[in-house]
Amino acid sequence: MASIYRTCPRSGLQFESNAEKLMIANAVAAVVFLLIGGILAIGVVLTRWPAVHWLEADTFYKVLTAHGIDMLIFWIIFFEIAVLYFCSSTLLRCRLATPKIAWLAFALMVIGAVVNNIAVYQGGSSVMMTSYVPMMAAPSFYLGLILFAVGALIGCFVFFGTLVVAKRDKTYQGSVPLVTFGAITACIIAVFTIVSGAIILIPTFLKSVGVIEHVDALVYRTIWWAFGHSSQQINVAAHISIWYAVAAIAFGAKPMSERVSRGAFLLYILFLQLASAHHLLADPGMSTEWKVVNTSYFMYFAVLASMIHGLTIPGAMEVAQRQKGYDKGLFEWLRRAPWGNPVFAGVFISLIGFGFLGGISGVMMGTEQLNMIIHNTIYVPGHFHATVVVGTTLSFMALTFYLIPVLFRREMINPKLAQWQPWLFGLSMYFFCLVMMGAGTLGVSRRHWDMAFAGNALAYEWPGAAYLMMGLVGIAGLGAIIGGAIYIWITVGSLLWGKRLDAGRESREPTPIPPTAPTLAVQSYGSLGFAAPGTFVLAIIFLVSFVLYYFINWKYLSTLWGLS
Amino acid sequence: MSAILPPAERLWWKHPLDRVEGTWIAIAFVWCMVMFFMMVYWHVYGRQNLSTETYKTTPEQFSAKAQAMVDAYTVRTETSMQTPVVAPPAGSDIYMIARLWNFWPILELEKDQTYRLHLTSMDYNHGFSLQPANINIQVVPGYEHVVTVTPNQSGTYSVVCNEFCGIGHHMMVGRIYVK
Ligand code: HEM
Ligand SMILES: [Cu+2]
Ligand SMILES: [Cu+2]
Repeated sequence: MASIYRTCPRSGLQFESNAEKLMIANAVAAVVFLLIGGILAIGVVLTRWPAVHWLEADTFYKVLTAHGIDMLIFWIIFFEIAVLYFCSSTLLRCRLATPKIAWLAFALMVIGAVVNNIAVYQGGSSVMMTSYVPMMAAPSFYLGLILFAVGALIGCFVFFGTLVVAKRDKTYQGSVPLVTFGAITACIIAVFTIVSGAIILIPTFLKSVGVIEHVDALVYRTIWWAFGHSSQQINVAAHISIWYAVAAIAFGAKPMSERVSRGAFLLYILFLQLASAHHLLADPGMSTEWKVVNTSYFMYFAVLASMIHGLTIPGAMEVAQRQKGYDKGLFEWLRRAPWGNPVFAGVFISLIGFGFLGGISGVMMGTEQLNMIIHNTIYVPGHFHATVVVGTTLSFMALTFYLIPVLFRREMINPKLAQWQPWLFGLSMYFFCLVMMGAGTLGVSRRHWDMAFAGNALAYEWPGAAYLMMGLVGIAGLGAIIGGAIYIWITVGSLLWGKRLDAGRESREPTPIPPTAPTLAVQSYGSLGFAAPGTFVLAIIFLVSFVLYYFINWKYLSTLWGLS
Repeated sequence: MSAILPPAERLWWKHPLDRVEGTWIAIAFVWCMVMFFMMVYWHVYGRQNLSTETYKTTPEQFSAKAQAMVDAYTVRTETSMQTPVVAPPAGSDIYMIARLWNFWPILELEKDQTYRLHLTSMDYNHGFSLQPANINIQVVPGYEHVVTVTPNQSGTYSVVCNEFCGIGHHMMVGRIYVK
């Protein structure tokens, strides 16, 4: 598989032929699973909307199992593998290491995903994506997940190998770019994650075929979450890298300080894994000290890291805009941002929603005592649709819009519609998350087919507000599904029917990245000697909302039954 | 020196930071410490802390203890299933079994009295979701979780199962009365 390098005339990025094909294959597979997951979302949301209550119970649980897995695992991880190849081969301008093995990884992932999906649709594996033992699924359910995980793990090693190739071929000088650094963070976490997944899924698979008698329920939960939670940390590291990349692409923004941003990524590697404990706060067995130290990422150091990225990314955009002359007042830089560009708009909507909705709710839920007032309520999916949909999925969508002309070499069909997509998808998702959290605050359960408990003598009657909220979940969910459908329509349509674009200059040798000329450190524009005063004001607004919401929940907790 | 290009200075950890970053990091750090110590503080001064008292158990052992309580303190039965309503004395050990697909028995407690509530599951994971208070505890098979509870309001409480436990999951509701 000889390498040919082309330099994209639209972006200046250099693509190596093998890496390019693999990125396309992985991204397309991702979009296919997003499509399946999105169709399943229709069933989920129209059943949880009490006035509609569409599917039968067994179909609902089946569809919900598939929705969770197809979205959270298959859509996201296929796309992440494409991002890893992009951040290594493309950003470092080198060939992809071992393309044949990368294709093997891809094949394993596809086979695993298909096998798992078939197992779920056959019924008998409606165990939800968490598949807590002793409830058992068909062996092929676990086998599919294991094959997929092995494929993904191989993909991670191809990424590491590619970093070595770049270093050896000297295609860049000095340190890797910040975005690649973020991708390395994601990949390191991924290796840890997948190994945890293997440790628990392999014995469970063996139990399902009768080789092993017993897998302990609590041990399963503990190790499963080392996999299930850490995989969310891969997503965070990946989409934050994309935010930095888009800030650079849309504004030519430089990181305000390489030290701060990279230091924050290092904090992720050091502390993120601990947080899987926050899934076990309502469980028996673990000691209080263990819960407190782990759920807080050892004193909230990973939260600190996210708060840092939340400032430095918009901060870098602000500095770049002010340098271009949009320097009036606190917010001219933001008013004059390219809101009509779906790549920028998607990322900005993602960043704000991830921080305000996903971040604040996540830290609240992850507080040892406060967890008791939301555990397993529909608040939890409300929270993680803010992280994994508004945060990760919307960022991936925005990046796709950038890649359509650059990587896929197609003119985007219907660019007007694309301008609206992040707004429709993002804002209806904001609302969706808020009303789910509202319903969860009232106690409504997650993964629950019938909140009316029809026919049950002991039925509990939820307050009217809970029904109202769940109805709004239905409406907002449909809005988001339409937004998702537009994304798929534009992406697939552009791939099939978009005008072909010029590939650019090709050569047999990579052109190394020229050394970067040193620039002045960020100067101070704005006031107070702050380079980014507008962002600072936004950050303070964020902090105030955070503090208020956090203490409101403590206040509520203090009114409850005494527990000790 | 954009984020998608290598930094100009090889030693990125020497790159200076702007005042806005330094200030924010300091503020965020303080907030992180407040949140961390809030959990510790609540263990000392707060009244809602989930107990971690846990024993390994089996369905047989646990059912025997629950049955003994039911035999001693049943005051009436409710529903067509003849579910016993049990009013154990204040301060005692009380038991609630979670199983496919009910909570058994119904408990009748006194307001402002303290009980040691033992929870376990006979089969799959279940969720103990006390409504309308909205207190949620995971119930894991094989583990007996002892939670000390002090109801502070009288009324009828429902216990909704909020961990997916199979096709009857949405039918699984229990009850606790507080007098
Ligand atoms: C496009 C619009 C979407 C809608 C309307 C939607 C709707 C829902 C709803 C209502 C639930 C909760 C059901 C329940 O617990 O009873 C749910 C669960 C879930 N969703 Fe989505 N979703 C969407 C997109 C996504 C995306 C993009 C992802 C991941 C990237 C995702 C991941 C999940 C996961 C992991 C669950 C949990 C499944 C479980 O409890 O096992 N969803 N979704
Ligand atoms: Cu249950
Ligand atoms: Cu249940």
